[in-house]
Amino acid sequence: MKLTMASSPHSHSHKSLSRLMQTVILACIPGLIAQLYFFGTGVLIQLILALVTVSISEAIIMLIRKRPVWPALGDGSAWLTAVLLALSIPPLAPWWVIVIGSFFAIVIVKQLYGGLGFNLFNPAMAAYVLLLISFPVQMTTWMPVSDLLANPISLTQQLSVIFNGFTSAGFSVDQLRVGVDGVTMATPLDTIKTDIAHGLTVSESMQAAIFNSWLGQGWGWVNLGFLIGGLYLIKAKVINWHIPVGVIASIAVCSAIGYIAAPGTEPGMVFHLFSGATMLGAFFIATDPVSAATTNRGRLIYGALIGLLVYLIRTFGGYPDAMAFAVLLLNMAVPLIDYYTQPRTYGHGVNK
Amino acid sequence: MSQLKELFNEGMWKNNPALVQLLGLCPLLAVTSTITNAMGLGLATLLVLVGSNVTISAVRNFVPKDIRIPVFVMFIAGFVTIVQLLMNAYTFGLYQSLGIFIPLIVTNCAIIGRAEAYASKNPIHLSAFDGLMMGSGFMVVLVVLGAMRELIGQGTLFDGADLLLGPWASVLRIEVFSFDNQFLLAILPPGAFLGLGLLIAAKNVIDAQIKAKQVAPPVAEKGPRARVTSLT
Repeated sequence: MKLTMASSPHSHSHKSLSRLMQTVILACIPGLIAQLYFFGTGVLIQLILALVTVSISEAIIMLIRKRPVWPALGDGSAWLTAVLLALSIPPLAPWWVIVIGSFFAIVIVKQLYGGLGFNLFNPAMAAYVLLLISFPVQMTTWMPVSDLLANPISLTQQLSVIFNGFTSAGFSVDQLRVGVDGVTMATPLDTIKTDIAHGLTVSESMQAAIFNSWLGQGWGWVNLGFLIGGLYLIKAKVINWHIPVGVIASIAVCSAIGYIAAPGTEPGMVFHLFSGATMLGAFFIATDPVSAATTNRGRLIYGALIGLLVYLIRTFGGYPDAMAFAVLLLNMAVPLIDYYTQPRTYGHGVNK
Repeated sequence: MSQLKELFNEGMWKNNPALVQLLGLCPLLAVTSTITNAMGLGLATLLVLVGSNVTISAVRNFVPKDIRIPVFVMFIAGFVTIVQLLMNAYTFGLYQSLGIFIPLIVTNCAIIGRAEAYASKNPIHLSAFDGLMMGSGFMVVLVVLGAMRELIGQGTLFDGADLLLGPWASVLRIEVFSFDNQFLLAILPPGAFLGLGLLIAAKNVIDAQIKAKQVAPPVAEKGPRARVTSLT
């Protein structure tokens, strides 16, 4: 028997980086299927565009930096960024939106800071915010779920919209968004926010066709899909439970308090948890190991503050959803959080 | 002559107010959304800088050291007021689009910095040249940044040049490419920060390449160091 001497750590989890990234991408599938079912195959087209763009951008930057191309691409982190970005933007956004976003995420946010492991900000969310403030119209034209469309559209029609702006019959995205009753529809979060600003109560607002008694149609299922994927990630020990629990608990507590304080103008806990990007953000975006806090106590604080910001911006801010803003703001706070939550080294610093 | 060349190098490259000293960033980031705005503010700053450098250099031997800063600031404020009134009179459109950033030239650290660091210690002709070079260095960066942001943001160059140069200049407007949607990020402040960051990075790359080309001076052989302390 050969005795090998190696330095610590002595027990490995045998998870390679590419394996981890693949697991996360696989865990997106339930949510992806829900989005495909409710919002059409446009999601898939965006996904392909994003994957192609990030691969090319990453390869070019690696060539410029004179580094080997394949290891950087093969670790899958760029593809994960592409998947997350494609899942967050409206399925029928024009093709150049996702191309600009993917390019920005990889070149500016990730590689200019030194590549994987050095980026201060979550690349997918920084790109999302760039797109949201640069192209507010394109980035907020979410289609209502396919059942509600007056003019249901096929895959080729969606391709045509994404690349030309019009279907072959000459409908623009705005015309396509018109529902069966002839009213243009926004996302549930947006509708609630606008209606409350117009003096309606939540229950009056929820009479609109996009709501399915108390949740946005389709959105509840999409969030459920990401919840299932996220729980699998925790089970597979790819992510720790601290950040998702922090985010979800914080949103739940805030929205419960809000609902108790003002039941007429607050949609309540379940709506907040199963609308917009809550589950995607809590399990897939906030848990990015590079830009998130690194200690367990820090992760809880980080998650809780994200949840708080999401709730505050949704309720009082100018935007209907806020996962991207919240994650970026907390990315900035990570060094501070890590500094104050450093675990005690064994044998040092016992309270005197 | 070599002194003038040194001043040229310092202002335009080695000690550029915008890229190296990082002074006067407030106007730099706020008004560079188009070339016209950038050039307007750059010219105004250049005028103030030359004027203040000359005046401060002329009175440098009469101003008591203890109160020099207030005196310098007063000179600078005087020149800023002159420039502001001139722009109000002759380039009213530009005056309106630059707004508060013209009076704010007073607080531009690049100007008080040159007054303190150079003009208060050197004769008039050198101070004037220093002001010219520093001002030009600042203006070049403003214009390059303005061009980047205008091109990416709205696909044009020299949009609204007639505000600065008179009605004939409207022919200068070049529509490089047109799209239905402005790329708002380039026009909003984040675009200015990103653009300036890229410019500074480009300058550092060029500097590094120049340094790499120069042959390193031979290191003098040193004898081995004998250890003389803590030899117990």
